[in-house]
Amino acid sequence: MSTPLPESPGALATALATTGYLADEGLATAGFLALKLGRPLFLEGEAGVGKTAFAQALATATGATLVRLQCYEGLDAAQALYDWDFPRQILHLRAAEAAASGAPLDAAALEAGLYDRRFLIARPLLRALETNPCVLLVDEVDRADDEFEAFLLEILAEAAITVPELGRIAAATPPLTVLTSNRTREVHDALKRRCLYHWVEHPGFEREVAILRERLPAITERLAAEVAAAAGRMRELDLIKPPGVAESIDWAGALVALGARSLDPELAAVTLGAVLKYREDVARVRAVGIAGP
Amino acid sequence: MTADLTALVVGFARTLRHAGVDAGPDRVQTMLRAVDALGVDERDLYWAGRQTLCGEPDDLAIYDAAFAAYFGGHRPGRGTPFDTTPTLPSVAAPYTSGPPGEGTATDDEPHVLGLSASTVEILRRRDFALLTAPERDEVRRLLALLGPEPAPRRSRRRRPARRGEVDATRTVRAALRHAGEPTTLARRRRTERPRRLVLLVDVSGSMSAYADALLRFSHAAVRRRPTRTEVFTLGTRLTRITRALRHRDADAALHAASVAIPDWHGGTRLADAVKAFLDRWGQRGTARGAIVVVFSDGWERGDPAALAAQTHRLARLAYRLIWVNPHRGKEGFAPLAGGMAAALPHLDEFVAGHTVEALDELVLIIAK
Repeated sequence: MSTPLPESPGALATALATTGYLADEGLATAGFLALKLGRPLFLEGEAGVGKTAFAQALATATGATLVRLQCYEGLDAAQALYDWDFPRQILHLRAAEAAASGAPLDAAALEAGLYDRRFLIARPLLRALETNPCVLLVDEVDRADDEFEAFLLEILAEAAITVPELGRIAAATPPLTVLTSNRTREVHDALKRRCLYHWVEHPGFEREVAILRERLPAITERLAAEVAAAAGRMRELDLIKPPGVAESIDWAGALVALGARSLDPELAAVTLGAVLKYREDVARVRAVGIAGP
Repeated sequence: MTADLTALVVGFARTLRHAGVDAGPDRVQTMLRAVDALGVDERDLYWAGRQTLCGEPDDLAIYDAAFAAYFGGHRPGRGTPFDTTPTLPSVAAPYTSGPPGEGTATDDEPHVLGLSASTVEILRRRDFALLTAPERDEVRRLLALLGPEPAPRRSRRRRPARRGEVDATRTVRAALRHAGEPTTLARRRRTERPRRLVLLVDVSGSMSAYADALLRFSHAAVRRRPTRTEVFTLGTRLTRITRALRHRDADAALHAASVAIPDWHGGTRLADAVKAFLDRWGQRGTARGAIVVVFSDGWERGDPAALAAQTHRLARLAYRLIWVNPHRGKEGFAPLAGGMAAALPHLDEFVAGHTVEALDELVLIIAK
């Protein structure tokens, strides 16, 4: 790797902080262990706590390229692994015919030429194996069908893909894999067993203030503290969708854009849509008071 | 690594397994490697174990309690995402329950009906609450034969088909075999998959006569579609028992489930339990587009308005919300119980589930 591996969880946290991601102790330890043991990291947590951002920060901090595979239902090998570029293969045939202009073609050579590496389209998983160093982010793995997990498992175990026409393509060094899940369904135990598991929590008050100030340089210290405190209170309120860090960053961003220097009740009321996404939640927070009871 | 430390880690993993976390030997191996990589102070041990031995959020509370008990320390950092109380499985009451008012003594007494009357047809129409012990065995066999197949939905996955849209990839691939001449047009079609089936079973005291039969029905459903069925029990708290019900053998599955349910035959806080389901599972996707079946008599100790609000939320997420109330099949029943009346306007179907025959009809409704 271009950047030497961090020596301790603390060193990784420092490296992540330089990229603008402030990880807590548990997450830094999880990332460190994943690097050290060469195991995939399985992250779960509420939406908007920074699971995806962690993989991006990890790639930047370790000087690796990030390859992202967004999972969805119906995702199959042609979209996740590789696909042959059939139209180009046909063009290749036609071009060969035209160039020969009636002269006999060497069928065997032509056929061999068809299944050349240049006609193979690398999809994220193959790209991750061919990129070095690489952080592979398999985002929202719970959205893919369970059939997909089976071949993901195989690739994670082997760090190689076999293309029947070409042969085996193996990674020089296996990519560091980060899987995220929102728990819409339970991921297979076989997949989980291969991974380190970490539940990403909402940040504490100080860390959230630090994150807001890191992400929004224009924010005043007072506004950052007040937004973090208000978001923390909202998480205690038993809402349908408690705000994650992503929402509090959005909210603070909206307030900064409106020129707020502190959490002004009127501005807070009109920007509430940036942080709460359910009518019931807005009503609830209005009833309690945004700045607290 | 010293032998002492290895023994310590292995001993801890054993404690954790007893507490209900699936920390198998391969996970213990990973923990040993993680301890090697991190060091041996208490915080390191804590994180090394937590990230290697646990596999789901439910494990974390158990892990924290077991860690505190085994190492005498406390969890560094903040509370767990869900409960502050550890969800250690408690020993539940035996799950076989006699008819209400008669006690379990009737199990051993000679019963008036006699086996000659226990023909399948009569048994199918017999209220679960009124069964005698030999009849119950027969009914259990009948229940095992039910296998609800949820209604299908269109999937995003496509399959080769005779009719449908043109499948460019396969057409061109076939053309390559003929030196680039497209001879036939390959076609593909979207496939159908069964919807997710979510069963919420009320196991409070007022439902105790039906719980065994309903859990057996749930077991049959899980066996039919192990990855597309989720079963939770509602009582004073929410318990996910899908995993326990995946046992092949119904008796073993029910035993495992009864061990997992801490609030068996207790009170009901339906609204809270439904809310816990929606917050932790339903909203994220488990209930989205799913067929959700609630087995409950609707006896709610709390505020009926809260149950109405949560039922409405559930109805908005689910493809179809079916409420099964065993009392519905009885003469003179009116949904007057506070909770039942509150939930009623939000239901797609309201059916009885007190006999094998009624559950058979439920299978048809689920497939509709």
